[in-house]
Amino acid sequence: MTPFEPTPGARPWFPLEERPACCEPKPFIEVEQLSVCYGQKPAFHDVTLSINKGCITALVGPSGCGKTSFLTSLNRLTDLIPGSRVAGRIRLDDLDVLAPQTDVIRLRRRVGMIFQKPNPFPLSIRKNLEFPLREHGLRDREQIAITIETGLRDVGLWDEVKDRLDSPALALSGGQQQRLCMARALVLAPEVLLMDEPCSALDPLSSGVVEDLIVGLRGRYTVLIVTHNLAQARRIADYAALFWVQNGAGELIEAGTAKQIFEEPRDPLTASYVSGMRG
Amino acid sequence: MVKALERHRDGREWLASIVVWSAAALVTATFCWLLGDILWHGLSHLSWTFLTAPPRNAGREGGIGPILVSTALILGVCLGVSVPLGVGTAVLLAEFTTDASLFGRLTRRSLDVLSGVPSIVFGLFGNVFFCKTLGLGFSILSGGLTLACMVLPILIRSTEEGFRAVPAGYRLSAAALGLSRTTTLFHLLLPAAVPGLLVGLVLGVGRAMAETAALIFTSGYVDRMPESLLDSGRALSIHIFDLSMNVSGGDANAYASALVLVVLLLAINRTASWLAEHWLHRRIITI
Amino acid sequence: MTSSASNTLSRWPTDRLLLWLLRGAAAIAGAIVVLIVAFLVLEALPVLRHVGVARFFTDPSWHPAEGFYNLTPMLWGTVFAMVGSVLVATPLGILSAVFCHYYAPPAVARPYRWLIELLAGIPSVVYGFWGLVVLVPLIGAIHPPGPSLLAGIVILTIMILPTIALMADASLAIVPQQYLRGAAALGLPRWATIRGVVFPAAKSGLCTGVILETGRAIGETMAILMVCGNVVQTPHSLFDPIRTLTANIALEMAYALGDHRAALFVSGLVLMGMIAALVAAADWISHGRIYG
Repeated sequence: MTPFEPTPGARPWFPLEERPACCEPKPFIEVEQLSVCYGQKPAFHDVTLSINKGCITALVGPSGCGKTSFLTSLNRLTDLIPGSRVAGRIRLDDLDVLAPQTDVIRLRRRVGMIFQKPNPFPLSIRKNLEFPLREHGLRDREQIAITIETGLRDVGLWDEVKDRLDSPALALSGGQQQRLCMARALVLAPEVLLMDEPCSALDPLSSGVVEDLIVGLRGRYTVLIVTHNLAQARRIADYAALFWVQNGAGELIEAGTAKQIFEEPRDPLTASYVSGMRG
Repeated sequence: MVKALERHRDGREWLASIVVWSAAALVTATFCWLLGDILWHGLSHLSWTFLTAPPRNAGREGGIGPILVSTALILGVCLGVSVPLGVGTAVLLAEFTTDASLFGRLTRRSLDVLSGVPSIVFGLFGNVFFCKTLGLGFSILSGGLTLACMVLPILIRSTEEGFRAVPAGYRLSAAALGLSRTTTLFHLLLPAAVPGLLVGLVLGVGRAMAETAALIFTSGYVDRMPESLLDSGRALSIHIFDLSMNVSGGDANAYASALVLVVLLLAINRTASWLAEHWLHRRIITI
Repeated sequence: MTSSASNTLSRWPTDRLLLWLLRGAAAIAGAIVVLIVAFLVLEALPVLRHVGVARFFTDPSWHPAEGFYNLTPMLWGTVFAMVGSVLVATPLGILSAVFCHYYAPPAVARPYRWLIELLAGIPSVVYGFWGLVVLVPLIGAIHPPGPSLLAGIVILTIMILPTIALMADASLAIVPQQYLRGAAALGLPRWATIRGVVFPAAKSGLCTGVILETGRAIGETMAILMVCGNVVQTPHSLFDPIRTLTANIALEMAYALGDHRAALFVSGLVLMGMIAALVAAADWISHGRIYG
């Protein structure tokens, strides 16, 4: 296989061997034989995967093979979908995610989520960030103000919005809204961030900004990002997993380090997908 | 610390749950009490004779036969006048005016205000205009015309929706075939807009039948079988009012009449909802 | 060269006739409200000229036989009944809608919604009748006389509840799913989501509902007439009988003559004024918003 070559004029990228080390590869989320179905329709079945702490793992594959369902089962958002059933085991650090007695609200504080289409609340920018903080118990006004500023600085929005914090969040551009949603997730200090195609609804410029942000999260957060933009996955991922539809439901075909998946795939399906010949 | 916060948060959620369920329970209980009461007392006095016999002894005994006839006649006048006017206005607004036209905007505005006018004011107007100025006196005609004014905005709004629901393709094909707009209207658009018209009709009938205040000063109180449209006639709602307020011992028949009215109106509203959902594919609110 | 301004109807004489017929119909429909206001003003003018506007608020009492035309006690009656019922019906109605959407299992929510729709269709005279026969004696047993402001508020509340409940229900139904998912992903519990995200999102529909129910409360005649006792006085307690502007017209129109009758038309104009103010407020709310 020929090594991947960047197209002229493309954004800078790090060759996979030279990528800064994210951490000691230590499994943080362990998924065993996970299956999800909605009513009679299976989304995916029998997925076993380990996600390492502090690293960016990309879930790639064509649409409809269960990547988003996999993501939403990790923070039990599948509970909101009527008729959904989740089987298998998910361990987050020391927590059994799927156990009925697990406090879902605390789980969702440890695991944040960014959606494909930016969805800030119909409130002011400040309230978008303040409201979840208050609900999770932070009451001190000064603390809240500091946390909000830190959050907005982290996503690079502070300078753009610092004098209009009380204006409606819906008046921001798409890219700004998505960054606001990231800030909203980050101010709760989660350990894991789930991202469902965060750049697909954005224009290329905003997309680049958000991508840089995601790269900056490496080391501090465990990031799981669903994308079917292979170039993006190559650029940012430390680990990758390929999903595909087989036998009527999604299945995990191969998972490993990004170098391995994109340059030395073991499965022929993976090879044809990453070289663009299928999918 | 975290546990305390969690308990606090859980406590708030639990309290909210209790308040919401209590509100729903209170509302359900009140309404069941009301409906149950009417059903219970009304059912015992209901009978075929009740529905057809004339009232005797100021309504304490006998039935509501002539009253049902008067109600039907008043409704008939109301619809007979408001349907052509309403459909015509709706057609004009939907097909022949643009959003920018002054005439269209003024008409819409005035219909909006009309729909907010309280029913007693309609009663005042009807009394002055139909009974006195036009010389119709207390009559079924006056009552029906007054109700027509009340029902017009509902009818127009619903019919207009019906026309807007007709796909633009119909009009374009007709124009391309060189058909006159009259032909297009009568043979193509009107039949297709009938669901909207029917919904508006049914809603209007419901509103008209529930009306009392507008009728007291226009169609009068006479409870005999009317012989012409110029005779005064008593509508069902007025009968209930009279029996409960002015006739001691009239409660029993008032209950039965109330039951009849409620059942009729329920049937009408259910029909409107059903029509709207199945023909117009829309949910309507009969408020 | 043709332009879209050219009259496409000129070829068909039936079309022109049709257009003029339709215009006639619309003109009649549009003229009705103008006629109403015109006739109200016409009938009210005599007394406004003899007696002047100020006396409608400053005369010692409402006693047309002696030439006193003070509307204020009845205005207070209308206002108190309206405010009382709106204050009670609004939270109950909104909570009903919240119940249907977020708390009730589907098997309970459907019949509950049917119940509310059913009640929206019951005529006011039936509510008034029930109030007269059941509620008023009940209140009378607690604190005589029975027909009172309280009875009016209770009946009005029951009457306007379906209005606000159904409007709120429709508004909650169109809150975008993405807000709910976003709130869940942030670990926000149910009531917090409703309070902090759903209500702001449904704000304009809820406001419209409140305006509609207020209009209905102001305009209600029959039920109020039947349960409020109809004594012309400014109420000092919930148990005082009152008379509203609407009930006043209904009661006295039958025998009013001359200035008295004209004074009733003046109160009709006051009612129209209150409704017009509401409609203006509704307009201002829906156009004056800066949020999307």
